[in-house]
Amino acid sequence: MIQLSSNLLLIAFILYMFGSIAFVISVTGRRWRNRAPEDHARRWGWIGFYLTLAGFFSQLGFIILRWMVSGHSPTSNMFEFMAFLGFTIILAFIVLYLIYRIPALGMFAVPVGMIMIAYASVFPKEIMPLIPALQSYWLYIHVTTAALGEGIFAIGFAAGLMYLIRTVDQTEQSSITWWKRKTTWLEFSISVVLMLVGFILMTTLFSTAGYEVTYQIPNEDGNVREMTYHLPSIAGPHNGQQMEVAFGPLFEAPEWMNGRKLNTMLWSILSGIVLYWLIRLLIRKRLSAAMKPWLNDLDPDVIDEISYRSIAIGFPIFTLGALIFAMIWAAEAWGRFWGWDPKEVWALITWLFYSAYLHLRLSRGWHGSKSAWMAVLGFVFVLFTLVFVNLVIAGLHSYAGV
Amino acid sequence: MGTVLCESCGKPLQQDEGETAFPDMRYDGVSRRSQTYSRTLVDKVWNFFSSVRNAVIMIIIVLIASAVGTVFPQEQYIPTLDPPEIYYEKAHGTLGKIYYQLGFHNLYTSWWYITLLLMIGISLVICSLDRVVPLYRALKKLPVKRHPSFLKGQQVYTQFEIDETEKERTLEQLEKGLKQKRYRVVREGNALVAEKGRFSRWGPYVNHIGLILVIIGVLMRLLPGFYLNDFVWVREGETKQVPGTPYYVKNVEFIEEYYEEEDLPEGVEVEGRVVKNYQTDAILYEQRVSDIPGAPPELVEVHRDQIRVNHPLKYKDLLLYQAERRINQLSALNLELIDNRTGESIGAFKLDLYNPPADIQLTDEITIQILEYYQDFEWTEDNQPRTKSPEPNNPAFVVSVISPQTPEGERSWIFLGSTLGSPDREPFFSYRFNKPDIVDSTGLMVRKEKSLPFIYFGSGVVMVGLIMGFYWQHRRIWIDLNHGPLQLAAHTNKNWYGLKREILQILKKMEIDVTIDQLSKGGKSK
Repeated sequence: MIQLSSNLLLIAFILYMFGSIAFVISVTGRRWRNRAPEDHARRWGWIGFYLTLAGFFSQLGFIILRWMVSGHSPTSNMFEFMAFLGFTIILAFIVLYLIYRIPALGMFAVPVGMIMIAYASVFPKEIMPLIPALQSYWLYIHVTTAALGEGIFAIGFAAGLMYLIRTVDQTEQSSITWWKRKTTWLEFSISVVLMLVGFILMTTLFSTAGYEVTYQIPNEDGNVREMTYHLPSIAGPHNGQQMEVAFGPLFEAPEWMNGRKLNTMLWSILSGIVLYWLIRLLIRKRLSAAMKPWLNDLDPDVIDEISYRSIAIGFPIFTLGALIFAMIWAAEAWGRFWGWDPKEVWALITWLFYSAYLHLRLSRGWHGSKSAWMAVLGFVFVLFTLVFVNLVIAGLHSYAGV
Repeated sequence: MGTVLCESCGKPLQQDEGETAFPDMRYDGVSRRSQTYSRTLVDKVWNFFSSVRNAVIMIIIVLIASAVGTVFPQEQYIPTLDPPEIYYEKAHGTLGKIYYQLGFHNLYTSWWYITLLLMIGISLVICSLDRVVPLYRALKKLPVKRHPSFLKGQQVYTQFEIDETEKERTLEQLEKGLKQKRYRVVREGNALVAEKGRFSRWGPYVNHIGLILVIIGVLMRLLPGFYLNDFVWVREGETKQVPGTPYYVKNVEFIEEYYEEEDLPEGVEVEGRVVKNYQTDAILYEQRVSDIPGAPPELVEVHRDQIRVNHPLKYKDLLLYQAERRINQLSALNLELIDNRTGESIGAFKLDLYNPPADIQLTDEITIQILEYYQDFEWTEDNQPRTKSPEPNNPAFVVSVISPQTPEGERSWIFLGSTLGSPDREPFFSYRFNKPDIVDSTGLMVRKEKSLPFIYFGSGVVMVGLIMGFYWQHRRIWIDLNHGPLQLAAHTNKNWYGLKREILQILKKMEIDVTIDQLSKGGKSK
């Protein structure tokens, strides 16, 4: 059963991949075929949609089976949660695709969902029995609702990015200071996504190879603590003694920082940058410039509206799941409905940010590119809350780290 | 003053006919108080708080401040035993020291943070009041005939020629089509107006009322009696007063369970032991004054429950949470008194660490007196015995055995696992340690949160407002045949694409071919 459920997740991932490829064909193939471009786009758009839908049902099967085996909803650790987030992103995409029927959306949104699932697979996949703190039906209600809201925000992010790629002027004068150029920031946004991809690639690569380096770190009380790295060490732990002959460390982490976490972060950033420049040198232009022709046929106002619409749909769900249900569960479990735990604070920050977005848009007329930048930044806050806060800032929500 | 559109026909005021840019449709051009007055101090304060721009700035400041508060742990979450003045510098270096000195270790309870939150609350009230009144005035009436420039100024606008003989039929068909889409249609001669989802316009105000209720709920906790936060340790078998209440709680049994193999689904393995359950079987008593005058108050059982994590005991306003535990703590020493001449045991006795006995009558002839008891024993600097705390972490007794051989008593120290007699002479008696009694203690968090239902109610109102505002749209469509061609104009507060598609669907049924681009040629777009 467990094996079957894992296979279903793998099948879902592969179907999403084929779905994304179909969307790419739908969008880019309009020009290089002799047939009517509209028919071609529509046909491949639907192929992509049905492949994605099939993947969605396969992942639904994974969730149901895993729930049956473990006896609790598969949202109880980092692996299960990130996979579930990928699931909600796909769900949100399916709904918005049915409203707007724009294949290019699939080209961006489905890969975002895939990245989440790939990222999930970096974490331990074992089914764990629930510790007392998680034994509550609020685990299902709070986590799934919050993840659904965040999944819908992801579509807002994808559409925001599409809007920017579509509208940012690629012929911007190079005389403008680099940090004032919109293309720079757009490339930066893309490279942040690539950092996540780079992190997944590196972790998968080295864990498949079984790479391990152990450090011994003397404590204040004279005891020795061990720390195991699964990536070659760029940054070693403070005062750590490497136990095997291996690469690095190039330098030591500051005393108050966890060396392994710093090292993982450095690897993500570096691999993202390497990946970015590899692609850029291959295609010999900015990544956004390369993607722009795919989106030229789209009406920017429609993409703008998709982005806004996703956030408008996601906002009430996020409020309910990440704040209200969270408050009710916190009151049941910890005896206080709000305690300024880092995760709570970051959920509030995300909520404040999206409410600022909505006020600026609805009341101050921030449409188009300003709105799109905010949609992109908003999802960065979501990811920060889900990933960084759990892994780096300790708190009541911290799961086991990488 | 301040009104930019004529309230009855919608013609832009203070504007030349030919201008293409159309004034703002927000609140249908009705003026707001903040745009009208700005003379007195009250006006200025009102205007400050009624500005969405200022509200967003305050939101962003709170956002940044909140983020700063998560850089290092807040004081309550310090993971070590160090006091804050030492912890921040030790654990996080100079940055940590600055963080502490700036007071960021208690950021969320700092006066300026709370002031900001309250200012956002005030802004919520004033922004809403400033807008809801003109909005209500604008939406109350729905004039059918609008000035042509009003129609042309809408973001969704199109016009096409209709044959004179077809006019009546076209209008009827349009009316039917709109009604099918659940529009409320009002017709006046050769013009009609259709509207739906007006209630959605009240969504933001309902949502803001909800937020204000939540803020009031949080502030209510400052009232005496609304909020209680305390903690109590209770040993198994012990009955203890719940601090700050007239209740007493008895810990009948504390249970700590681990997952066993049979609990786990097939194929699932667990490394190490994983806790399955922490539970206190508790009885709650209320202290009541006895009916008999002068008699001591009595404890009456009022409630019993199994307190588990995620399952607090609830009785009226009182909440008891399973928060901590101390497992296998010493509760009594079990000893035997040995006669040194025969080497035989005279009798067994128990030294309860929480209720030490005064005298123990071991046999007819032998009595053990407890002279001193130190719960948490240590020597002071000038070699005096004393106790560090009232908790029996390191118990030490001074006992004296009164027997026919030792009528004056034979004194001895009893520590954990060892004894110390008088060095002067060979003792008559010695002691043998048996397995001590151990007991589990449960740590219960004591809470009262009387404003919680109020806060939940406010949250419910917020959700109703959000759903009203975001899952419905207010759409209006004007159709006018009075000025030659058929003029069609439409307005929505959001989701323009959906509005345009709806219009296209209605027109398509009437076999009028208009593209989505033709609809977008209103005055506002590009």
